[in-house]
Amino acid sequence: MSVIEAKALNLTFQSNDGPIQALRDVNLNIEKGDFVSFIGPSGCGKTTFLRCIAGLEHPTSGTLTVNGMTPDEARKARAYGYVFQAAGLYPWRTIGGNIRLPLEIMGFSKSDQAERVRKTLDLVDLSGFEKKFPWQLSGGMQQRASIARALAFDADILLMDEPFGALDEIVRDKLNEALLKLWARTEKTIGFVTHSIPEAVYLSTKIVVMSPRPGRITDVIESTLPRERPLDIRDSAEFIQIAHRVREGLRAGHIDD
Amino acid sequence: MTKAGPILTVVLAIIALWYVACVPMNVQETLTAAERAGVAVSPEGARERAEMGRFALMAQNSGVLGGSWSVDRARLPAPHQIVAELWNSTWNEEVYGRRGLVKSGSLSNKSLIYHGWITLSATVLGFAIGAGLGVLLAVGIVHSKTMDMSVMPWAIVSQTIPIVALAPMIIVVLYSFGIQGLIPKAVISAYLSFFPVVVGMVKGLRSPDAMQLDLLRTYNASKSQTFWMLRLPSSVPYLFTSLKVGIAASLVGAIVGELPVQRGGLGARMLGGSYYGQTEQIWAALFFAAAMAALLVALIGWIEGKTLKRMGVQA
Repeated sequence: MSVIEAKALNLTFQSNDGPIQALRDVNLNIEKGDFVSFIGPSGCGKTTFLRCIAGLEHPTSGTLTVNGMTPDEARKARAYGYVFQAAGLYPWRTIGGNIRLPLEIMGFSKSDQAERVRKTLDLVDLSGFEKKFPWQLSGGMQQRASIARALAFDADILLMDEPFGALDEIVRDKLNEALLKLWARTEKTIGFVTHSIPEAVYLSTKIVVMSPRPGRITDVIESTLPRERPLDIRDSAEFIQIAHRVREGLRAGHIDD
Repeated sequence: MTKAGPILTVVLAIIALWYVACVPMNVQETLTAAERAGVAVSPEGARERAEMGRFALMAQNSGVLGGSWSVDRARLPAPHQIVAELWNSTWNEEVYGRRGLVKSGSLSNKSLIYHGWITLSATVLGFAIGAGLGVLLAVGIVHSKTMDMSVMPWAIVSQTIPIVALAPMIIVVLYSFGIQGLIPKAVISAYLSFFPVVVGMVKGLRSPDAMQLDLLRTYNASKSQTFWMLRLPSSVPYLFTSLKVGIAASLVGAIVGELPVQRGGLGARMLGGSYYGQTEQIWAALFFAAAMAALLVALIGWIEGKTLKRMGVQA
């Protein structure tokens, strides 16, 4: 069953230097339980596409459905959790208070809030940090807390816009591994924007390669890797082969310039 | 304590400069007083001396200049004279004065404590009105494009009118409605203090970045939820900065409001001093007002510290 379906999607921004085509003729199906990565150089429209799914940007033409609804309806139905590149935790709220933020807005009961905060903190391995303030945590821990915040209200879809882009590689590896475990436990559908080839190949069941000017999809790769992935799978021949195809796809997009 | 050194140096330099400045400023009065006391000064007669330059007089009469720092009704009273006046018009007046607190049971109308209290009550009331109005206007401006376009220009224009010109009009207009005393002064204070609060609060309420606003959109948060959970907490540091500016402006407003009325208050005290050539009284009232402003700003700073600490700001 398709959770997200895009057909002939176009988006043009009006700028001072004339119109900019951010997305051209994007067609894509995302199935339930998929882990889909969007990869490409900056300006290829990967973030714009993710924001379209979230109902934060609106396509100029074409159709886009999320859970069979328009993105705006899906947003109002709180169908997804969104993780931004920066953790963006409120400095005046504790970690627990930050995770409680969406729950307060959505009107969960006090006892339900406490239970969900405890559960999601455990999910991202931050139990015991509930009463700490954001500045007392490292960058990686803050980003984990922001993932917990997106998970707290149990939406089926998780949209992540370069969530680990600002972190160093060692922390990144750890978080990638943790994210896969979390995905296996929660069985969510994940849309993940990145510009790291190894990250995309390691995490995804489906890799969408995009290229800029105008932003479009140049290749969609169904990963043949098993769902269970230890970190050293990255040295396997299969992994390297997929990574190679992603690289080819990115290069092909650039030849057009 | 490493800060005490530089601060003390500057204070001592200012005081030293002040004492030096007293000599040329007060030379006429000093020589007149010396002449009256029977000391020979040249030239003789106040009228002759009035024709001459200060520095020429100082050069001709260097022997009697020691009196520069103890002249009665000096043009520029020396710091110790002002301190003495401050002491006399607070402690001595209330404790030993005939109309003082100790003997009459109520504050003496000759003491700075009495006048300071009058000014303070107008300041605090005006500040409360001004800050409240400022916050309300800022909330309106941030949420309504129409208010942004219509209110903001008037708020700016309101501050370009000299308050000294406007204050008597406010007092006269309110008096014709039967309102006098504390309220007109508080209105003038509010008029001066709402502006920094509006500007600071608008800036603060707009300080959340696009990402934080997007985050709340993904939760489908309502406008009021966005306000209470994001905009208002984000604006707190801005609010306190403008409150500090606002309360100082409020004190100025109260003093200006007291000038035309002459019914007590530090403003009345300053103007009274200048009518009767009581320069020490002017300076004492001025320093008393400055100390009050410093205390008020420090009080807000203290509340700010407590609040931000509760909001988890890194100590």
